Amino acid sequence: QAKYKERGTVLAEDQLAQMSKQLDMFKTNLEEFASKHKQEIRKNPKFRVQFQDMCATIGVDPLASGKGFWSEMLGVGDFYYELGVQIIEVCLALKHRNGGLIMLEELHQQVLKGRGKFAQDVSQDDLLRAIKKLKVLGNGFGIIPVGGTYLIQSVPAELNMDHTVVLQLAEKKGYVTVSEIRTSLKWETERAKQVLEHLLKEGMAWLDTQAAGEPQYWLPALFTELYSQEITPEEAKEALP
Amino acid sequence: MDRFAWTSGLLELGETLVIQQRGVRLYDGEEKVKFDSGVLLLSTHRLIWRDQKNHECCIAIPLSQVVFIEEQAAGIGKSAKIVVHLHPASSDKEPGPFQSSKYSYIKLSFKEHGQIEFYRRLSEEMTQRRWETIPTGQTIQVNKDPQAGRIRAVGIVGIERKLEEKRKETDKNISEAFEDLSKLMEKAKEMVELSKSIANKIKEKQGDITEDETIRFKSYLLSMGIANPVTRETYGSGTQYHMQLAKQLAGILQTPLEERGGIMSLTEVYCLVNRARGLELLSPEDLVNACKMLESLKLPLRLRIFDSGVMVIELQSHNEEEMVASALETVSEKGSLTADEFAKLVGMSVLLAKERLLLAEKMGHLCRDDSVEGLRFYPNLFLTQS
Repeated sequence: QAKYKERGTVLAEDQLAQMSKQLDMFKTNLEEFASKHKQEIRKNPKFRVQFQDMCATIGVDPLASGKGFWSEMLGVGDFYYELGVQIIEVCLALKHRNGGLIMLEELHQQVLKGRGKFAQDVSQDDLLRAIKKLKVLGNGFGIIPVGGTYLIQSVPAELNMDHTVVLQLAEKKGYVTVSEIRTSLKWETERAKQVLEHLLKEGMAWLDTQAAGEPQYWLPALFTELYSQEITPEEAKEALP
Repeated sequence: MDRFAWTSGLLELGETLVIQQRGVRLYDGEEKVKFDSGVLLLSTHRLIWRDQKNHECCIAIPLSQVVFIEEQAAGIGKSAKIVVHLHPASSDKEPGPFQSSKYSYIKLSFKEHGQIEFYRRLSEEMTQRRWETIPTGQTIQVNKDPQAGRIRAVGIVGIERKLEEKRKETDKNISEAFEDLSKLMEKAKEMVELSKSIANKIKEKQGDITEDETIRFKSYLLSMGIANPVTRETYGSGTQYHMQLAKQLAGILQTPLEERGGIMSLTEVYCLVNRARGLELLSPEDLVNACKMLESLKLPLRLRIFDSGVMVIELQSHNEEEMVASALETVSEKGSLTADEFAKLVGMSVLLAKERLLLAEKMGHLCRDDSVEGLRFYPNLFLTQS
């Protein structure tokens, strides 16, 4: 070991010892930070965003493990992991209504309802971060950008670029027709029909053949009227394993 | 500013002038109004403002409308001001320059100084309330319900003030927290750099890293939330922690699995375990990393990943292929079934029901009928009746 040191190369095990020391120091710093600002993180969604962004910039994921310092000392872990459970429950309960697609706004409302009056405030940013973590469970969680907001997918249905683009088109009115797809996206009828049929099969779209003109493909996920509808007891049962 | 009424500016009988000051500008709340240069007069009964350029333009407000007053110190390029908080305008107020205002206060800006003395005299008048005892020649507008009005206005003003204080306090807290956070992140960044350096050395085998030390390193990464940069690993991102967790899970999940036919999706497991824990919850990654170690630790559960990407935990004793045989029976009995129908019949989650039917199809036992009415499975007659 001595001769390596002479050459001026720092060995991995030496650096490891250094890291161990720095880790202890860091833990102390974090404890101090937590004692002063833990409440701020819990109560302030904007501060949480700043915190998350800073972590991302330096290459740290505070939500990777419940055993991480961030989670243990700042309590951020429990906040997001619990939110994950609530998100899964809402999505499961409403899946039969919307085929596993739900607007972020609706998910937000339902989650807030479930949490009750006295729980901490939860922002849409919080939901998105929790959902990103849930992806790893293999249940098909996905985030689809539409019209300035997001559709949240919670089933392992395959949705490719074509499907996503049609969803985005449908977002404006809640429904879409073959003609609209042909005009806006310049697709052949066949391609449009394939996409729409896939959405029908997955239960994400409903067909209205009695509409004036041509059939309309409605997306229940986009029905704003459904937002305020409570989750029924039957639906809630579906959510619990 | 909607509390002001047009006036002649003449003092009434019984009303005495207390002080006056030139060069005063008026604000409706935070907003400047066109009354930018006038003489402000304080009498025993009213505040009167007359335009210096146009003497006909004269407005007044009774002192009984005032709830309380505050001083606002001068700043760079800003005159000293008095903030006057007001009751809502009474319904029988004489007409004035403004019909409505979104503010319940006005500001008097002393562009030619004089704020200090004016404030002192105004405070005195507010204390003495001479307008209550000295009658004046003309009818005085009185709040129909002075008590209620006062309480209501104070309530509103009080709340406004509290909100403002809270906002300032919050802002202060946030900036302090943000500063502390930045410093903390600097230190965290050093740790990230260090860990990258170590990982490189491990890769290039500079020095003798024992297995023990590798394990220690992984746990440091876990603590900091740094992704594991070392690619050669036997247990994924597994650490001692995940090994322990895997053993715990085997204990916790045995019964729930037996109750659910030997199989559960990973999302179900995530919810079950975390609801039971209440505190110190598992992250999704913790769960996945622990489950990846189940098989190698020879525990009685295993992780299985279906083609669709759906991840499940099965009892070792569970044999999904055998379950397929019974699924085939069920489907045959009914002629055909969708995943929903099958799930209801058997008492499974729709997600797992679908996976079972898909597996049966993969094994050749079922055929699908994929239409807009849904995905329906039939016994594979090609196989059985050939």
